[in-house]
Amino acid sequence: GDTQIFLLWKSLSQILSRVLGAVKSQTQPRTFSRGVHTVTLIPGDGIGPEISTAVMKIFEAAKVPIQWEERNVTAIKGPGGKWMIPPEAKESMDRSKIGLKGPLKTPIAAGHPSMNLLLRKTFDLYANVRPCVSIEGYKTPYTDVDLVTIRENTEGEYSGIEHVIVDGVVQSIKLITEQASRRIAEYAFEYARNNQRSSVTAVHKANIMRMSDGLFLRKCREVAENYKDVKFTEMYLDTVCLNMVQDPTQFDVLVMPNLYGDILSDLCAGLIGGLGVTPSGNIGANGVAIFESVHGTAPDIAGKDLANPTALLLSAVMMLRHMGLHADAKKIETACYDTIRDKKVLTKDLGGNSKCSEFTTEICRRVQDMD
Amino acid sequence: MLYCSIKETTHTVTLIPGDGIGPELLNHVRELFRFSCVPLDFEVVNINSSITSEDDINNAITAIRRNGVALKGNLETNHTLPPSHKSRNNVLRYTGLDLYANVMRCQSLPGVQTRHKNIDIIIIRENTEGEYSSLEHESVPGVVESLKIITRNNSLRIADYAFQLAREKGRRRVTAVHKANIMKLADGLFLQCCREVASGYPDIAFDSMIVDNTTMQLVSKPHQFDVMVMPNLYGNVVSNVCAGLVGGPGLVPGANYGHNYAVFETATRNTGKSIAGRNIANPTAMLLASCLMLDHLKLHDYASMIRNAVFATMNESLLHTPDIGGQGTTSEMVQSVMRNIKSSGPLTTEL
Repeated sequence: GDTQIFLLWKSLSQILSRVLGAVKSQTQPRTFSRGVHTVTLIPGDGIGPEISTAVMKIFEAAKVPIQWEERNVTAIKGPGGKWMIPPEAKESMDRSKIGLKGPLKTPIAAGHPSMNLLLRKTFDLYANVRPCVSIEGYKTPYTDVDLVTIRENTEGEYSGIEHVIVDGVVQSIKLITEQASRRIAEYAFEYARNNQRSSVTAVHKANIMRMSDGLFLRKCREVAENYKDVKFTEMYLDTVCLNMVQDPTQFDVLVMPNLYGDILSDLCAGLIGGLGVTPSGNIGANGVAIFESVHGTAPDIAGKDLANPTALLLSAVMMLRHMGLHADAKKIETACYDTIRDKKVLTKDLGGNSKCSEFTTEICRRVQDMD
Repeated sequence: MLYCSIKETTHTVTLIPGDGIGPELLNHVRELFRFSCVPLDFEVVNINSSITSEDDINNAITAIRRNGVALKGNLETNHTLPPSHKSRNNVLRYTGLDLYANVMRCQSLPGVQTRHKNIDIIIIRENTEGEYSSLEHESVPGVVESLKIITRNNSLRIADYAFQLAREKGRRRVTAVHKANIMKLADGLFLQCCREVASGYPDIAFDSMIVDNTTMQLVSKPHQFDVMVMPNLYGNVVSNVCAGLVGGPGLVPGANYGHNYAVFETATRNTGKSIAGRNIANPTAMLLASCLMLDHLKLHDYASMIRNAVFATMNESLLHTPDIGGQGTTSEMVQSVMRNIKSSGPLTTEL
């Protein structure tokens, strides 16, 4: 009776999700091989506009078949009193599916949630992806870093659910769901496969958080079964930290829940030189992907032509790869790396004293020379 | 063997061998203490991690309560067992012993090659609550909630411990590590408590840093840090990052303090399963942990003697074990420590 109907429903939904999953993997990665493609550009605040201009100039020099649709993102109150992003921005992104974003300022006591959070919720940006590759010519104590952190970005410790139990006792809830865990694991393995990475490591603390991290780990193990071509390992978060600072070359793709991802992705950015040179991408449901620089708005140098556009540029390169425009991506990335390696034209944070526009012009020159 | 002029022992401490490399390292500690005439007796309590009964853990807790002090190896946690089977290490720490402060001093050691030099950071980690509360439930099938608890009492307590220790050791600054921008209530409470305590120590500077930025700063500019205080999970992360910076898990000792009891172990609490029984484990962390224990028992002369001997051994890179890039064995290192102790002359204690 009821049990039979429930079991029937359960198997139908499992079949349905498998079919949808298959459809999804057929549609990803999307290839944009013909025509001009629209990308929603959100310049952001502070140094955002000038580094966005730099990226646009470089893309133009490289003749990348992209047309930019600039949109601003501020928090506005919609009908019903709910905070949302401007409808023009949402409409553009829903149409183009691809976005490039500069830093957004987080006003304190503005009464609304952070813009990044709003964007995340609007487009269900569930995966934050950060490839960390050592930049030749920008020396740090760590060399040969080449790893990718994939962070579940919707739940976990950042659910925002907190209560005061009694005076002086606070409880913060970490939420782990089967669905979100499976979704991020699937993305991680797909990413590994599509980007020729050999292994995926699930990072967890299931010895301490047996049920929550245990669930996350179980889903990773299940998904791993469908990707036998990719090696799957598991490692405690603390062991990852311990090993990462001694020998980061042992790591490839790392997948993990929200907080661990937040910490590890920043740790790894530190290994290669910081947020000024680290790209980042956010993958959403419904095919939306927003690539962004993760550094701050740097209000003290805004408008002074001093900013370093590398992080936003490398994020744009990541975006090109996501769109299947691999040749353009390689061209621009090489021009950027070569400029840094040459050390003749570098912005202040990279150790030089050139302007942002000079750095940009140099990269444009190299890009044009390659043709 | 040195001639031991004092035959009677002044203290008994509990020894918990644990799993992996624990037993062999603790045997070396006993061997070294015997050799150095340290007036201590060890009461060995074995805990078998593979059985699920609570008896042996309770025995250990009773023994530690009786002796007040313990030296332990790490106990393996089988995380495929159901959640009711909690991490034995945690049960020891929180239940009944209230070892609320985990203290780790990350100091660059002479003779060890690392990317960053001259690091000397003290990490104080709240050891009883936070994310380690083990309160989880499946509210709806496929949805698990894990509770992180932060209390005013424990936050004040650990902050006070941090500032007291900083003052005692002549340190200049305490940094609170948190994520209060996201966990506004929980980490917000922790931060507020730190600020309150800080105001009572005007001689010590206080600042705070968000945990993700902290790890980024640690790998690029570690020298900006002096003393750091934080809740449980961030403590786990930061401890391991710092241990890695100074050369790895084989080098750093750790201590867990409560009002009445103290338990000493290696800082990063690794079982070292893959290197157990092969005579390649680095004994430094455990030896230095035993020195911390000796200091706690006010046996300072013995502590210094052994510590100096360990540092002298570390200077000889030929003796380094594989974890720090050498090909030496555990026993060779221990022998060297004993040689250094012998050549430093006998400890003259009052007859």
